[in-house]
Amino acid sequence: MKALSDRPRAIPARPFLKDDRNPGIPLDLDVVAGLRVNRSAVERRAATIPTRRTVKKEWQAAWLLRAITCMDLTTLQGDDTPGNVLRLCAKARRPLRPDLVDALGVGHLDIKVGAVCVYHALVPTAVAGLEGSGIPVAAVSTGFPAGLNPFAQRLEEVQASVAAGAQEIDIVITRAHVLTGDWPALYAEVRAFRDACGRARMKAILGTGELATLTNVARASMVAMMAGADFIKTSTGKEPINAVLPVGVVMARMIREYETRTGAAVGFKPAGGIRAAKQALDWMILMKEELGDRWLRPTLFRLGASALLTDIERQLEHFVTGRYAAAHRHPMV
Amino acid sequence: MTTVAKLFETMEYGPAPESDAPALEWIKQHDSGRFGHFINGVWASPSEGTYFETINPATKAVLARVAQGSKADIDAAVAAANAAAPGWAALQPHARARYLYALAREVQRHSRLLAVLESLDNGKPIRETRDLDIPLVARHFYHHAGWAQLRDTEFPGYVPVGVVGQIIPWNFPLLMVAWKVAPALAAGNTVILKPAEFTPLTALCFAEIARDAGLPAGVFNVVTGDGTTGKHLVEHPGVQKIAFTGSTEVGRIIRKATAGTGKKLTLELGGKSPSKVWWTRSGSTRARSVARARGCSSRKASPIG
Repeated sequence: MKALSDRPRAIPARPFLKDDRNPGIPLDLDVVAGLRVNRSAVERRAATIPTRRTVKKEWQAAWLLRAITCMDLTTLQGDDTPGNVLRLCAKARRPLRPDLVDALGVGHLDIKVGAVCVYHALVPTAVAGLEGSGIPVAAVSTGFPAGLNPFAQRLEEVQASVAAGAQEIDIVITRAHVLTGDWPALYAEVRAFRDACGRARMKAILGTGELATLTNVARASMVAMMAGADFIKTSTGKEPINAVLPVGVVMARMIREYETRTGAAVGFKPAGGIRAAKQALDWMILMKEELGDRWLRPTLFRLGASALLTDIERQLEHFVTGRYAAAHRHPMV
Repeated sequence: MTTVAKLFETMEYGPAPESDAPALEWIKQHDSGRFGHFINGVWASPSEGTYFETINPATKAVLARVAQGSKADIDAAVAAANAAAPGWAALQPHARARYLYALAREVQRHSRLLAVLESLDNGKPIRETRDLDIPLVARHFYHHAGWAQLRDTEFPGYVPVGVVGQIIPWNFPLLMVAWKVAPALAAGNTVILKPAEFTPLTALCFAEIARDAGLPAGVFNVVTGDGTTGKHLVEHPGVQKIAFTGSTEVGRIIRKATAGTGKKLTLELGGKSPSKVWWTRSGSTRARSVARARGCSSRKASPIG
């Protein structure tokens, strides 16, 4: 029997540094083909996440504040105007009413959102609106949401957004590559986008609501990470089914698997349909349970959301005052 | 309020206590926390008038006083179970299945009360009782409701043995009730249950739930007490089968006591299962897995396995 110290060990997780990026690794089809998902086990696990853990009182307030800092405050509507986006940026800088910040005693924490996420056309507006705040602008790109524009145009779109000042790029993958099992094509596509991103962080939107199976979600996650995605993101918010917990369990397990193999920590971003503070807490509990506390910080975790901030603010106001305000008293509805 | 800023950094879960008020209220409603036996569908005072205390192991506070079963109490329970046996056995399979389905639904309906009561009485975390024990209890009754309906087609020629005496331990108090009671009732037997003296409350609560679900009187009886009560049950000639889960030592005694009496016997006795831990697991995972495998969230290290 070999001494314990002689045995090969799993690569220890290294401490995550703020500027760490996922460099990616060559496509390993054996790894991809070897991924299997036990759907009923995943569904059972996902079902217990909102029921087994809960945070209350001061803890809940702290978690909701953290949710704000991990939020990609988003507007992706056809009727977005510079005025809308500037208002959103103002909210991103000061997501909580000053009296609530004072009552919570968190003024020194300088709570602000993780990023502001807009279409390419509004990147310059958002950059101007966030100047000096340290909040990055994220641009959805590559023919969002379907991702079916000509490939050259999609690359140019990434480059244009980066040139306009976007520090984060949310790309969408071609779902057909996943549905047909064409992993080399998916890898090449994501790799090309990653190269086009340059210094901007890249979030790969998998469109999980359109990937048919959880095994496909697992494989697409792994290929996107191999190709150098800094974050993997569930959905565009435009699919019929968006961020749901079973998908989150699978993607989190893939992130864990990828870190064990490569030592690189990849972030996770659920997006679409996250409107209630309780949902945000569920996602954070999922992160804490499956990946640990490092995934409760904006470096490795983002919540793609629009209306969520309003509900979080309502809950925090309730924590402070014991009463809920009417919706019209909140500016972001 | 500065704690919010501190918690913002630590991101701990924090305490999330489950209210024990409804469970304590349920206890209080029963003669201010004094329970008799549950025989023939009603509460019966112990013939010798003696009670013992059951405590909340987390606080050592006395939760309730429970009847100490004597020979006369066992006699009464056996008489009730024997009286109910022919009627219960004569029911059509689907009629028994309907009762079992009703029990499953009622357990689900009262799941929160049962989970809190179990946690109070046994000392295991609410997370275990709420997420594992009680949901499994309901599932066992649903499962055996199915078997009740299929009994005659799947087990042709089998007949109920009659009255079954069941003695169970304290590690999974209500789950053990389900494991023992559901199959016995499904097969058409009537039951006298003696729960562990440390954890009798959920079995008593379940008896009441069963009564409210319309289970005929005498089909399910609970006699509480210590080992001497169990001894009276084992030795009673009016019992056709004994089912026991517990220590090897007591199992041996029961085997001797039932030898030659013609009683059927099921024993599930102690022993420690080996745990196989894969060496690539981290230390904390190893410790967690072994602890979970042993199921030792209960008040003492668990005897299961």
